[in-house]
Amino acid sequence: MPSTPLIAYAHVGKTFDGGRVVAVDDVSLDVAEGEFLAVVGGSGSGKTTLLRLANRLIEADAGSITVEGEEVRSVDPILLRRRIGYVFQSGGLFPHLTVAGNIGITPKLLGTPPAEISARVDELLDLVRLDRAQYRGRLPHELSGGERQRVGVARALAAKPRIVLMDEPFGALDPLTRDALGEDFRELHKTLGLTTVMITHDMTEAILLADRIAVMRGGKLLAQGTPAELSDSDDAYVGELLRTPRRQAERLGALLPRDGAA
Amino acid sequence: MNFFADPRWGEALGHLPDYLGSHVRVSVTALALGLFVSLPLAILSRHRPVLRGALLGLASIVQTVPGLALLALFYPLLLALAALSLSWFGFSFSAFGFLPAVLALALYSMLPVLRNTITGLQGVDAAILEAAQGVGMTPRQSLFTVELPLALPVMMAGIRTAAVWVIGTATLSTPIGQTSLGNYIFAGLQTQNWVFVLFGCLAAAVLALLVDQLLALIESGLRNRSRLRAGLGGVGIAALVVATLAPAVVRPQTSYIIGAKTFTEQYVLSALMTQRLKAAGLSATTREGLGSNVIFEALAAGDIDVYVDYSGTLWANQFHRTDIRPRQELVAELKTMLAKQNITLLGELGFENAYALVIPKKRAEQLGIRTVADLAARAANMSIAGDYEFFSRPEWAALRRVYGLSFRTQRQMQPDFMYAAVASGEVDVIAGYTSDGLIAKYDLMVLDDVRRAIPPYDAIMLLAPKSADDEQLRKALTPLVGKIDIATMREANLRAAGNDAASSPDAVAQWLWEKVGKK
Repeated sequence: MPSTPLIAYAHVGKTFDGGRVVAVDDVSLDVAEGEFLAVVGGSGSGKTTLLRLANRLIEADAGSITVEGEEVRSVDPILLRRRIGYVFQSGGLFPHLTVAGNIGITPKLLGTPPAEISARVDELLDLVRLDRAQYRGRLPHELSGGERQRVGVARALAAKPRIVLMDEPFGALDPLTRDALGEDFRELHKTLGLTTVMITHDMTEAILLADRIAVMRGGKLLAQGTPAELSDSDDAYVGELLRTPRRQAERLGALLPRDGAA
Repeated sequence: MNFFADPRWGEALGHLPDYLGSHVRVSVTALALGLFVSLPLAILSRHRPVLRGALLGLASIVQTVPGLALLALFYPLLLALAALSLSWFGFSFSAFGFLPAVLALALYSMLPVLRNTITGLQGVDAAILEAAQGVGMTPRQSLFTVELPLALPVMMAGIRTAAVWVIGTATLSTPIGQTSLGNYIFAGLQTQNWVFVLFGCLAAAVLALLVDQLLALIESGLRNRSRLRAGLGGVGIAALVVATLAPAVVRPQTSYIIGAKTFTEQYVLSALMTQRLKAAGLSATTREGLGSNVIFEALAAGDIDVYVDYSGTLWANQFHRTDIRPRQELVAELKTMLAKQNITLLGELGFENAYALVIPKKRAEQLGIRTVADLAARAANMSIAGDYEFFSRPEWAALRRVYGLSFRTQRQMQPDFMYAAVASGEVDVIAGYTSDGLIAKYDLMVLDDVRRAIPPYDAIMLLAPKSADDEQLRKALTPLVGKIDIATMREANLRAAGNDAASSPDAVAQWLWEKVGKK
């Protein structure tokens, strides 16, 4: 893609515990405008740290990160976070606020008038396919896991961000819900023209949803590219990650007769 | 007789506006001060483990100090501060009553508030805090819109605990001069007026429950975002405060304040002086149940106008004299010493209330004991009981030095229970008071202090420096000088020790005046 990257990491490093734990090690990665990038890796691979460096929930030790052309270090982190949507692992909803209160929080912080917030909340509930009247006033503990994550997505989109960061958003959901939510979000990504970075440990999910995939291990970026490009990689770990979806696809193909073939 | 038909319930009820009002004022002020200090400290320390540890440690230590001691400690501390402030800045403040009580109670309220606020804030899920940051909240917005609302139930539980503690402990502020519901309890225990004791306990318990429920209402209102409930709770607390402020505003400010220590005779004498002032058309109120060391300082500072002390007590405790003088001589010298502090010794009432070693008459006869010297030979196998201060007083040291007294065991006891204890043989000897009516009632005998180890204890009326030239006050009280002999006082004390309406200090004081006023 020829357009300038919306998020660009250049030789970024981050260590914890006074240098003893290397979380991100000299990573360079560009995310183009409109792109859906999945970052795949096991636990401790540094993928979550990489994501949080972009909105300064974590500060980088080395290298530079630019968002929409600006070096993030020179931007007020509070304002930076308000213009980037963020979806948390298990929703991260505020338990004492209603669905409407949760969704409207960032516009409220930005000083949007209440009437506008209220209209925006309804619009977002439609977008994430939750019934306005039914869900507006509910508290998070009255929702199912999937509904909670839909509200989490709506909250991330509330202030009309160009960029959405997602930290294993569908990891804790049952397969059916997960599939439906993934598809719905992919749709939103396209219609709203978002630029999305999603963290996942599940290669299958990454292949099904993302345009491009970045593979991390031990803080290092091992490979990046489209699923097709990755399958050409000669890195053993990348090969191992791709083996599972491949085997699943083969077995499914063999076990499930095609429509009308029976 | 029907228990509730006892006229002392009515008398107790009459004191309620004053006692309850003062109690609410001191409790609410202390709680407000405690919250005002603790809440910001707790919030400040949530990301500072060292400060948090130090705060909780300090608050825990304060909590281990018994309430009565904590209250009593603030009195000398403030007295020293007041003196310092006078010499440095040219103004002083009263270290008596309200201020030390508020400070001590505020300190007492801090632990539950600090601990629960810190625990509540720490209990907020880390993922929620991250989400607050992620949606773009400043630390301040995160605190007020997420952390405090989520910690609120735990915090309110702490505040409610603090409120109940403060209201309960405030009953102990009576001995440092703060009128409270404790006045019922202290006076009731001393004069064996169980109606008062019960009334005081009930009133304090009802007040504590009421405030606790109002706070619960505010809590549920805040939690459920119900302005109605939170508002109702707030209005309830405000109404309580306003209602108790009203009598304080109406009360005349110019009234004389008469002090009384913590035993029956003092309650009777303060009632007697109050009646005399009222008879002379002056307004007077009493501050009862004051600690022995607090009361003299309170007089010197002008916080009370007049009270009755005993010559030997001042001689030994206030002026640290160990030499013993004859009665008249000691009073005369005391008068000069007191005059140097601008305190007026108005005159002796006529009787002595000395410490004396007391044993049952029968036992004394069996053992052939008549004097303290006789007792000393047998003391090694005997037990002795005294009031809470006796064993740390110079008189006890003098008795031991002069007679070589050494008992097998010594116990501290509520003064009114000592006499029954010695009469029943539970202890062998008690350090009683010569003017106590119970000596006659239980057929006890005062042992002769043949070597004069204990100084004379003439009851004397003292006037505060500011009242030294007050002719009205002097005129009203002078008729009491020299009028009360030991037999009369013993009888009065015996009457006051009874457990019926005729034994209230007021009634006994009236009886006393009828008996001595005509002389």
